[in-house]
Amino acid sequence: MRVSRRARLSLRGIALLYLLILLLLPVGAVFIRTFEHGFSTAWSWITTPAAVSAFWLSVVIALIAVPLNTIFGVGTALLLARSKVRGRKLLNSLIDLPFVVSPVIVGLALVLVYGQGGWFGSWLLKHGIMIIYAPAGMVIATVFVSLPFVVREVAPVLLEAGDEQEQAAATLGASSWQTFWRVTLPSIRWGVAYGVVLTTARALGEIGAVAVVSSNVAGSTLTLPLLVQQRASQIGAGQITGAYAAATELAVMSLIVLLAMTVLGPRRAR
Amino acid sequence: MSVIVLIPLAAVTVKAVSSGLGTFWSSVTNSFAVSTLEVTLGTSVLVAAISAVMGTLVAWVLVRDEFPGKRFINALIDLPFALPTIVAGLTLITLYGPNSPFGLHLAYAWAGVLVALLFVSLPFVVRSVQPVLIELDREVEEAAASLGASNLTTLRRIVLPSLRPAILSGTALAFARCMGEYGSVVLIAAKVKIASLVIFADIENGAPQAAASLSVVLLLIAVLVLFALRRWGDRGAR
Repeated sequence: MRVSRRARLSLRGIALLYLLILLLLPVGAVFIRTFEHGFSTAWSWITTPAAVSAFWLSVVIALIAVPLNTIFGVGTALLLARSKVRGRKLLNSLIDLPFVVSPVIVGLALVLVYGQGGWFGSWLLKHGIMIIYAPAGMVIATVFVSLPFVVREVAPVLLEAGDEQEQAAATLGASSWQTFWRVTLPSIRWGVAYGVVLTTARALGEIGAVAVVSSNVAGSTLTLPLLVQQRASQIGAGQITGAYAAATELAVMSLIVLLAMTVLGPRRAR
Repeated sequence: MSVIVLIPLAAVTVKAVSSGLGTFWSSVTNSFAVSTLEVTLGTSVLVAAISAVMGTLVAWVLVRDEFPGKRFINALIDLPFALPTIVAGLTLITLYGPNSPFGLHLAYAWAGVLVALLFVSLPFVVRSVQPVLIELDREVEEAAASLGASNLTTLRRIVLPSLRPAILSGTALAFARCMGEYGSVVLIAAKVKIASLVIFADIENGAPQAAASLSVVLLLIAVLVLFALRRWGDRGAR
């Protein structure tokens, strides 16, 4: 299709304007608002005990959820791409469920299973295990919502690569464990890496599912996104600056994620 | 997988009908629930439609056009995936809220929700159309042009049909995302009846049965989207 110069320029203009209004302006505004009372004010909001503990809770939840989903994701992708198990098609559809289900419903579901009066609630209570309104529940919620990323990145790569090399390794006497480490894993490594980056982004930023199962107590069950929400909805001197400061902290973390995506994205395609 | 995903979702369904089917039915057909579903569905359909058009346009510009800074713009598309949704919500409050630098007051109203949802659903269509557009055989387009087809005809008869599965699956994902979105709209929605917010309020107010009932309706819609995706996905793979 040969498009006239004018049409091309106007399409480019429309696209860039749309992105400018929707993406760049809002994000720029938060940075400006964060530092409008000076860098030290912003810094003091980031270093309050509540903010520091929120930061570490977010990091710890991500550190548990991401490795779990990576192992599960690679395993499931192998199952989907390499085995002929019955119910494979159903599993393939179900994997995407967390992408299309509202995170709030995920939270509700966890409360109904693990919460007081829930299916396992009384058993957990008897053994003194707190899941709902405790970090454990927030980890489960995060695992749920970020479940499909690694599977969805790795499965196509596995299908694309085919299994000839793995069969060759097997004929040469490699055990299945050796084949996995020496042949399969190297061929899917960029897919895994990209999936891990996406999982991390979601785990750090998740709020809907986590909000339901958190008790919203600063210092114990408040993640960074929840802290932003709490500060932003409180009326009080400077609270909103605090919200902007925590939001900038999150934005910087996601900028790192975005950089990783940009670097890994093209490699994964090769 | 089933422990983490299926058992909890089953619990929601069981809770919804725990006081009998009649109660379930009345909690999803009372006027509040119906208007919630109407607002959520209507907004999501509108956002998905705008996303489909603008996403395809942006993808086209990113693939077929050349201009300085294109790689930067291309990286920027993923921003809504990388940025925590609550930050997105806060940014939109900043720009379009009470202290808006442009004097625009979209916050706490439906228009604000619309903008928030457009933000979070931006990458879906772009990222699903882009790879297909790159692979698209330009010779077919040139052949069409040499046979006298106008640009519009080529677009309608050649380009769009090959992009259709990608546009549809991207739009379906965007739609599903909008139906369940919470983080980006929680600060901006106020009294706008968005399903996720209503469910959240129900849970907070100790009405899990009402929350579960509304959730079951959303779950059904989500499963429908999933099946639609599977069908288009298979067709796209052929």
